[in-house]
Amino acid sequence: MSRIAVVTAGLSEPSSTRLLADLLAQATAAQLGPDTEIDVIELRPLAHDLANAFATGFPAGELAEAIEKVASADGLIAVTPVFSASYSGLFKMFFDVLDTGVLDGMPVLVAATAGTARHSLVLDHAMRPMFSYLKAVVVPTGVFAASEDWGSGGSVVGELRTRIDKAGGQLAALVSGRPAGRRTRSLADPFDDVVDFETLLNS
Amino acid sequence: MEFGIFTVGDVTTDPTNGTTPTEHERIKNTVAIAKKAEEVGLDVFATGQHHNPPFIPSAPTTTLAYIGAQTERIKLSTSTTLITTTDPVRIAEDYATLQHLVEGRMDLMMGRGNTGPVYPWFGKDIRQGIALAIENYALLHRLWREENVDWQGRFRTPLQGFTSVPRPLEGNPPFVWHGSIRSPEIAEQAAYYGDGFFANHIFWPGSHTERMIGLYRRRFEHYGHGTAAQAIVGLGGQAYMRRNSQDAVREFRPYFDNAPVYGHGPTLEEFTAQTPLTVGSPQQVIERTLGFRDYVGDYQRQLFLMDHAGLPLKTVLEQLDLLGEVVAELRPQFEALRSADVPADPPAHGSPLSAAPLEARA
Repeated sequence: MSRIAVVTAGLSEPSSTRLLADLLAQATAAQLGPDTEIDVIELRPLAHDLANAFATGFPAGELAEAIEKVASADGLIAVTPVFSASYSGLFKMFFDVLDTGVLDGMPVLVAATAGTARHSLVLDHAMRPMFSYLKAVVVPTGVFAASEDWGSGGSVVGELRTRIDKAGGQLAALVSGRPAGRRTRSLADPFDDVVDFETLLNS
Repeated sequence: MEFGIFTVGDVTTDPTNGTTPTEHERIKNTVAIAKKAEEVGLDVFATGQHHNPPFIPSAPTTTLAYIGAQTERIKLSTSTTLITTTDPVRIAEDYATLQHLVEGRMDLMMGRGNTGPVYPWFGKDIRQGIALAIENYALLHRLWREENVDWQGRFRTPLQGFTSVPRPLEGNPPFVWHGSIRSPEIAEQAAYYGDGFFANHIFWPGSHTERMIGLYRRRFEHYGHGTAAQAIVGLGGQAYMRRNSQDAVREFRPYFDNAPVYGHGPTLEEFTAQTPLTVGSPQQVIERTLGFRDYVGDYQRQLFLMDHAGLPLKTVLEQLDLLGEVVAELRPQFEALRSADVPADPPAHGSPLSAAPLEARA
């Protein structure tokens, strides 16, 4: 059984960013099997906790739970609206408060939404470099959805559907290809295990 | 159990009236605060060490010796002594001198310092913070226990046949705490030496402190210094009190909202729920403080931060009067709860634990 965390930074209700996130999660789960767990993390309700974490240095309350869900997931779907030619500030704040190494080796599917297709390079010029820095493994296909890609009533037309399925399949392949227990990392107790002092002294 | 106060030594504008103390005023106020702490019956006064504005305590042993000359009983300590950027030879000399001057009425707490630019001013690199803390303390530990030290490391010039003077008072090195906000390596270091471990506690949730203290206790036992319950633990705390708790909240809110460390972030209500900060009546502070024991076990030292964020001297002295009352209530209550096989106090000069030879850890 696999668990996929979905981080979505959409702000409106309903949100096309959330809609894209859900479609990507479904496409991934369809490949991984019916027992796949999906944890959706909406960043909007965490906006205060995120700002506070910048001021205090620690993640409080629901933000700490959200971080734990991401850290312990087998794969991550990250979706942001495009603001001022990049991911939104809220989206970046979430990844800024993760401890070093939390996304190390994590399979990640990147996706973004915007009003026009002119912003589509945000996937490769903003999202990929950030996740590369965080040592995540980003699947080859990123998914970008502009307003014109959505049909009436939120149904998905043509090429976007194909792209969603392809990206979901790639994430599923990465997740299921991982040896059991390869990197699942829990932040539950970082003080459980410690480097022996003689090792520290002699390093 | 020891109760006291620790100061950061910040020079901060009072947000309620825009006045800022001069460095001279802040230094003299620090002395007045320490003397008041003794007057109201506290056991410990500790000062930080900083080398950048807006802080004044760059020379902690000078200040502590001056306070020591004007007090009779209060123990002098640090919160913290920068083991990363201060030459361990200077720490050995400065604090051994202080120890002689105040007849052993002192101890000290090692800390790393988290201000990036300070490190290069002293020829160091913050990315080596943990490695500096480990190597420098290993040298300091030897300097206080060996007469002739041959030593070579990565971070300072080698020593050949070096004797640190003065030798510790009556051959007993000062007791050392290792302070940390979040680094398991420092808990491990404290456990290895059988030294005290002090959790900052005030900037992070109690659940975090619980895990860090838990690690220190387990490793303290692992290294053979005693049972986990017998490890020497200190905690930070933070309070603002008035008889009427609504008055405390109303008065403290502008200081909280503009505080250098956490201001302009969470609300006062959120932060008091998430961290040990207590703003209210003395009784609320008593209950909250007793509750710390629920997640760290019996512990030996409780220090409160009382004089930061631009609070005027008059207010701080009033707070210390109230803290004196709180501590008078806390002493018998903590003592009644304490397990018989756990030390009530941290080691003091001349007490058996502080004189325990290093070999005891093997």
